[in-house]
Amino acid sequence: MTTDNWAALVFYVISICLIVSALGVVLLPRIVHSALALVLFFFMIAGIYILLQADFIAATQVIIYVGAITVLFLFAIMLTHRSYAPDSNPGNSQWMAAVVVAVVIGGILVGVLSQARFQITSAITPGGVADVTAALGKLLMGPYLVPFEIAGMLLLAAMIGAIVIARET
Amino acid sequence: MPISLTHYLILSAVIFSIGLFGALAKRNVVVILMSIELMFNAVNVALIAFSRYLPVPPADAAQQGLNGQVFALFIIAVAAAEAAVALAIILAIYRERRSVSVEDVNLMKW
Repeated sequence: MTTDNWAALVFYVISICLIVSALGVVLLPRIVHSALALVLFFFMIAGIYILLQADFIAATQVIIYVGAITVLFLFAIMLTHRSYAPDSNPGNSQWMAAVVVAVVIGGILVGVLSQARFQITSAITPGGVADVTAALGKLLMGPYLVPFEIAGMLLLAAMIGAIVIARET
Repeated sequence: MPISLTHYLILSAVIFSIGLFGALAKRNVVVILMSIELMFNAVNVALIAFSRYLPVPPADAAQQGLNGQVFALFIIAVAAAEAAVALAIILAIYRERRSVSVEDVNLMKW
């Protein structure tokens, strides 16, 4: 098989895993199982990033989402549920309307995106750079310095805010 | 047929719709937050696919076509901050109401 065929095979396997685990997050009856499906989902998203040659983003995805955010979710579930019964992830009364809205918006998006003709580059790597991580670091410390510092301030504010909100009074 | 930009965008749209359904149809606040994370990740996939496949305009040659990856990094940072604050709010609501169902937190519903 050629490299293109292998890439296509890997893409379809990862896509099926992604859609199944995303459906698992919203449809599984036990909330802990939803959280574990979310772990699989985050890992598969990292696989998609590697296919797109965004290796630094893939590592970030594994560290932040699989490592930190999942633990945050599991702690929230542990602290707010006294039982993990099969009905711990219920739907609400408007789920039929939600199906209609999601199918309509998804259908419009898929229709528009499959019709659109984009001008696609033939470069092997994004922008033709060999070392994406070094280039990203230079970008964050150069043209994107102000947004980078603001993101740091936002994380600090969110951390202090989370501590203040969740504290026992 | 080789995998192209359109495949990634359609995958992103499908995941986004699944997350949208979860955010609208679930009763548990923690699961609604998980669905919002699904939507964040779908948007990140679209951004990184655009950054991989679209040609670099001459005016942005200094960015080397990595703008999309930088945006994705900022989205990840904002999503982490959002998750931390939202879960703190969920804990505060649970302490007040002994419930994490959105139907028990309806003070601002008209």
